[in-house]
Amino acid sequence: MQMLGMGQAVNQALREEMQRDSRIFLAGEGIGVGIHDSPMMPTYGLLEAFGPERVKDTPVSEAAIAGLAVGAAAGGLRPVVEVMFNPFFTLASDMIVNHAAKLRYLSGGKTSFPLVVRIKSGAGFGAGCQHSHNLEAWVAHCPGLKVVMPATPADAKGLLKSAIRDDNPVVFIEDMGLYFAPAEVPEGDYSIPIGKADIKRPGTDVTLVTWSKMLGVAMQAADQLAREGVDVEVVDLRTLTPLDTETILSSVRKTGRLVVLHEANRTGGFGGEIAALVMEQAFDALKAPLRRVTGPDIPVPASPPLERFYIPDAGQVIAAIKELL
Amino acid sequence: MSISTQTKLDMLRAMLLARQFEETLTELCRQPGKIHGMMILATGQEAVGAGVCAALSPEDVILTNHRSHHHLLARGADPKALMAEIFGRRTGCNKGKSGTLHLAVPEVNALCTTTIVGGGFPIATGLGFAQQYQKQEAVTVCFFGDGATSEGSFHEALNLAGLWRLPVIFVCENNGYAAAQSYAEHTPVESLAARADAYGMPGECVDGNDAPSVLEATRRARERALAGDGPTLIECMTYRWRGHGETDPQHYQPAEEIAAWKERCPIARLSGFLQASGELSDAELEDLRASAAAIVTEAVRFAEESPWPEPEEALDDVWAE
Ligand SMILES: Cc1ncc(C[n+]2csc(CCOP(=O)(O)OP(=O)(O)O)c2C)c(N)n1
Repeated sequence: MQMLGMGQAVNQALREEMQRDSRIFLAGEGIGVGIHDSPMMPTYGLLEAFGPERVKDTPVSEAAIAGLAVGAAAGGLRPVVEVMFNPFFTLASDMIVNHAAKLRYLSGGKTSFPLVVRIKSGAGFGAGCQHSHNLEAWVAHCPGLKVVMPATPADAKGLLKSAIRDDNPVVFIEDMGLYFAPAEVPEGDYSIPIGKADIKRPGTDVTLVTWSKMLGVAMQAADQLAREGVDVEVVDLRTLTPLDTETILSSVRKTGRLVVLHEANRTGGFGGEIAALVMEQAFDALKAPLRRVTGPDIPVPASPPLERFYIPDAGQVIAAIKELL
Repeated sequence: MSISTQTKLDMLRAMLLARQFEETLTELCRQPGKIHGMMILATGQEAVGAGVCAALSPEDVILTNHRSHHHLLARGADPKALMAEIFGRRTGCNKGKSGTLHLAVPEVNALCTTTIVGGGFPIATGLGFAQQYQKQEAVTVCFFGDGATSEGSFHEALNLAGLWRLPVIFVCENNGYAAAQSYAEHTPVESLAARADAYGMPGECVDGNDAPSVLEATRRARERALAGDGPTLIECMTYRWRGHGETDPQHYQPAEEIAAWKERCPIARLSGFLQASGELSDAELEDLRASAAAIVTEAVRFAEESPWPEPEEALDDVWAE
């Protein structure tokens, strides 16, 4: 099977979907002619393949890019637009939060907005908090938006295809750390349903719920604990909204223990939503209090030792799990 | 007002320091593991920082962006503290929280630096409003690139500043590119200075590689602002010698274009002028160069010998106590 980084998997999904459907176009800052000339990047080579009518480099105008997607979607196209780094989403947010998410509802279900906003995110590249800020909980809080956060290249390809084919606005968040971690990706067309979590590692002792880049940390912790005789079930959410409550609840009912792991900071993070779900619907199954392992409640600092301190690691996950046993 | 020899030499000194500082950073970026994160340089644009800052008084406030080294050095920021911050050390001007991209140096009234493109405009109106409100004899300078004028914040903030006659000088560094997009690829009108008209303020286009022209335009704008006549937009025409960042292969920048602009080096321009007028001897120029080199060498030594922050220091500085 082909080995691709997540950026390459996204690239393949975009390429295949654009070949399939001429209504799809791309827009964003430097997605055609860019400052990164690397085949690992998600839009590499697409300008050459599809031309400037369908691969649109824009001015530095996030609100206009997002609004372009909203209007073009209502007008019959299927836009896939890019926000370069997650913090810049705040500039695009009026169009996505107040418009893409609400105008269908306001129309009494008569207008649709089939668009995808791809956002590059994640800490770990030393640029500091105006480039690294995981805001998935913000968007997940908005009814009318689907929020997808793949953890593997194969999932990214299949989920992006579903996102593009979906008639709703989908926020698709790619952790850039995953661009440079190649893994197996099936060739050709396949899709993965939005709203379905995936058990990346079955286990019996504790449920570890995570998503995006933190899956790697979760698997590392699970491997280490397996050597110590603790069997961890790792649930990769893949989609935050709509949330696959069934997979989470049945896992917790099986293991009786829950740890949620995310890179975003703790307060108001999506881990709280998982915790509340389990308390409401599987409280009786819990053998121990649940735990969250998250970034601390600080902006992401730039200096390497400070940034490492921010990002959750396997040691913290192992310690949290051991508290529950 | 004429420009004294002293002021011209100060501008030259500031430009030489910025050039040396950034050429050293280019070298350091080539050495693996030395510097983490992005590196965005203003090599070739030094006359903007030097010219603007030479027109300011210490009470004036500057607000800068991702390409800030030349502004901050011209403003008098400590090169050691800047370099240590770029290296991520505890002794850096922002204790390692910022790195190179958002260097804030309140000691020289560079109160807030933002790497959100367009983030500076509304804040500059706020700073200008605070100066107006408190009846201070001071202005705010907002540095930004040509690309930033594509953000909505540019239009909202300039409109407000024009409406309220705020003492703000909007200094556009038109270096021909917004990341990989050339000016013509991101803006459909030829002049950004002309946009000032739409917001009720004068707009002036100057040669951004000629420090004295930048200085004079800034002086005029500052006088207007202090007289209560409101903001000015100055468009400084210059050029980005390096890529957007140090990892950018610059494929989209024609080699002849870069070469032509290097011919118009702002440092050679001012030093040549001063030598021709007899205000600067060859030996004095060599001294200035040597002293810039010594300052930067010392800054790098200081940064490399400085301790890393302790990991838990990441938790400090979120809240005012
Ligand atoms: C809101 C926002 N969008 C995008 C970026 C990414 N970005 C950083 S600098 C830059 C280009 C800015 O061009 P310009 O304003 O002309 O300044 P220059 O880099 O040329 O100095 C872009 C797109 C950003 N930092 N912030």
